[in-house]
Amino acid sequence: MSTAPETLEELAKQEYKYGFVTDVETDSIPVGLSEDVVRLISAKKEEPDWLLEWRLKAFRVWTTMVEPNWHNVEYSPIDYQAISYYAAPKKKPELQSLDEVDPEVRATFDKLGISLDEQKRLSGVAVDAVFDSVSVATTFKDTLANLGIIFCSFSEAVREHPDLVRQYLGSVVPHSDNFFAALNSAVFSDGSFAYIPKGVKCPMELSTYFRINAANTGQFERTLLVADEGAEVSYLEGCTAPQRDENQLHAAVVELVALDAATIKYSTVQNWYPGDENGKGGIYNFVTKRGKALANAKVTWTQVETGSAITWKYPSCILQGDNSVGEFYSVAVTNNRQQADTGTKMVHLGKNTRSTIISKGISAGRGQNTYRGLVRIGKGARGARNFSQCDSLLIGDRCGAHTFPYLEVKNTSSQVEHEASTSKIGEDQIFYCRQRGLSTEDAVNLIVNGFCKEVFRELPMEFAVEAQKLLGVSLEGSVG
Amino acid sequence: MLEIHNLHAAAGGRAILKGINLTVNRGEVHAIMGPNGSGKSTLAGVLAGRGELEVTDGGVTFQGQDLLDLEPEERARAGVFLAFQYPVEIPGVNNAYLLKAGLNEGRKARGETELDAMDFMALIRDRMKLLEMDDALLNRPVNEGFSGGEKKRNEIFQMAVLEPALAILDETDSGLDIDALKTVAAGVNALRNSERSMVVITHYQRLLNYIVPDSVHVLSGGRIVKSGGKELALELEKKGYGWIETESAPATA
Repeated sequence: MSTAPETLEELAKQEYKYGFVTDVETDSIPVGLSEDVVRLISAKKEEPDWLLEWRLKAFRVWTTMVEPNWHNVEYSPIDYQAISYYAAPKKKPELQSLDEVDPEVRATFDKLGISLDEQKRLSGVAVDAVFDSVSVATTFKDTLANLGIIFCSFSEAVREHPDLVRQYLGSVVPHSDNFFAALNSAVFSDGSFAYIPKGVKCPMELSTYFRINAANTGQFERTLLVADEGAEVSYLEGCTAPQRDENQLHAAVVELVALDAATIKYSTVQNWYPGDENGKGGIYNFVTKRGKALANAKVTWTQVETGSAITWKYPSCILQGDNSVGEFYSVAVTNNRQQADTGTKMVHLGKNTRSTIISKGISAGRGQNTYRGLVRIGKGARGARNFSQCDSLLIGDRCGAHTFPYLEVKNTSSQVEHEASTSKIGEDQIFYCRQRGLSTEDAVNLIVNGFCKEVFRELPMEFAVEAQKLLGVSLEGSVG
Repeated sequence: MLEIHNLHAAAGGRAILKGINLTVNRGEVHAIMGPNGSGKSTLAGVLAGRGELEVTDGGVTFQGQDLLDLEPEERARAGVFLAFQYPVEIPGVNNAYLLKAGLNEGRKARGETELDAMDFMALIRDRMKLLEMDDALLNRPVNEGFSGGEKKRNEIFQMAVLEPALAILDETDSGLDIDALKTVAAGVNALRNSERSMVVITHYQRLLNYIVPDSVHVLSGGRIVKSGGKELALELEKKGYGWIETESAPATA
């Protein structure tokens, strides 16, 4: 019978639905990393000296650093000299409208179901589309500009708003923060920048779609979001990548700055190519994401991680100001040979700071899913509170779930709660749904979505729908 | 409607059903009684297509098609409904959502249009009255935190919404107090009509005071050892199962 455990794996053989390659001429530089390469990247981007100096500082620190190995993931060593550190679509059009976007690029977005004009017309989402490393289209700029909101590619921000970039770049994730962040600081190609002025509530979700498209090109995105006092912004990041045979390194850095009483909500749906069923060819995703919250500010990370061969990612909150709030809601899926080591850090420094961690790990196939979280409550963080809940769901019997919660509490007036659970999708649950008329696949989706509900409801509506679909695609084949 | 012919089934290599023969016509309600371990729930499981049960011989025809050839969800969409003895909990999955998905799968299979949220809500409001269901149960996760009685009531409520051609009630009375039993039975009776057949599996005669069957069958040792009218149930209540097992002993030898 098809609900028997040995066939639980059968459905797992579906190919990556978004695996295709767009044929656009790419302007890449030769492989390898040196000071000269850093200078070349900076020169290609016509950057000011201070930024070049910052990159070089990062590069020099990076050369003294050792790749971390404490994580619970395994991969063959990365040859950093075999990677090309810059790629940009060759034709760099000056775009007045979306019609001027390279038709190949447009077609790619269409395949992903995220056609820009549709986005523009229907959803009220301003899209800064990052294709490889250079932004090719930015929309809704005028609406935002009227409110004084800046939303543009990182390169443009460097050109147009150098003071803001200079003030905040590296203020949350310093150039020397960790191995991958230092690498990113040295060679980052582009990314997004947003600044919301004092007291302004951003009227639309800001969104960026990332896509790796040039073979052998590491992606080093840099995102910087600044919400000035009392400002509010919700930012969506979503990505899919074309099927590839070689591992691709992705080491992004995201910095969020929430000044007094500001609110930043950062939502991610991550669907990088996970590799084939034997784990061959997937993306290595080593990301540093961190937000700083000043007094009464709030930083919320919501992530749905379904892709990548390796995920190494700990979106964190530095709760520096009194009464600031940090939240982390995460769904991480590993299927086939995927490995994820993900979680968060909540660093409580201010008084009466509060943090919430809800982590849902789903493992299927031979996937390995690790939650790693740190809650640190400093001496001065009197009255701080944290609640953590880490749930794991196993599908089949060859996958694994691991939880490593770290707690450091340095005062006596704080309250820290941690709950954890591990469960298995029951044959009984699947059978129950099938008896009501649902297919096995729909039943699994339903059960998994139920498991993730607390996270999905934190996502903006249209993103939640996409996330549910992605989860379905990611787990197709995990139960038969 | 349903024809079971010489049905043999095993679980984990152990033979449980050893030649069941049963015909249920359109609109009939058949009660299947029997002591613990006689194979009642196995029979229900085989009809619904439970994966761990293996049919080793015989066959089942439902509305002219080979039932055993269908996947569990195909059986459900064709109109076979099982009210579970132990309804499972599905955390985070909205009760109404599951029901709407199931209902629309059935409608699609029958070539009918899917119900939208408005029509669906109208339908379930109507059916909830039947079972005196609390609104809150609808929006709670499937069976999670439900009392035993609420779970059973929820099963019959689902049946009322799905309107199956054949309903199999597996010990729906177990764990119910008398008030809940009456409510559930009233719900079931409201769903009785000349088109719908039911197989009511129970250990006790009590349920049959409220759901009066057309026929009663006694299952013992994986076979139907005695069949009769509703009065058979009363006889069993008085005498227990022992006399039937004794009486039928030569047949099982």
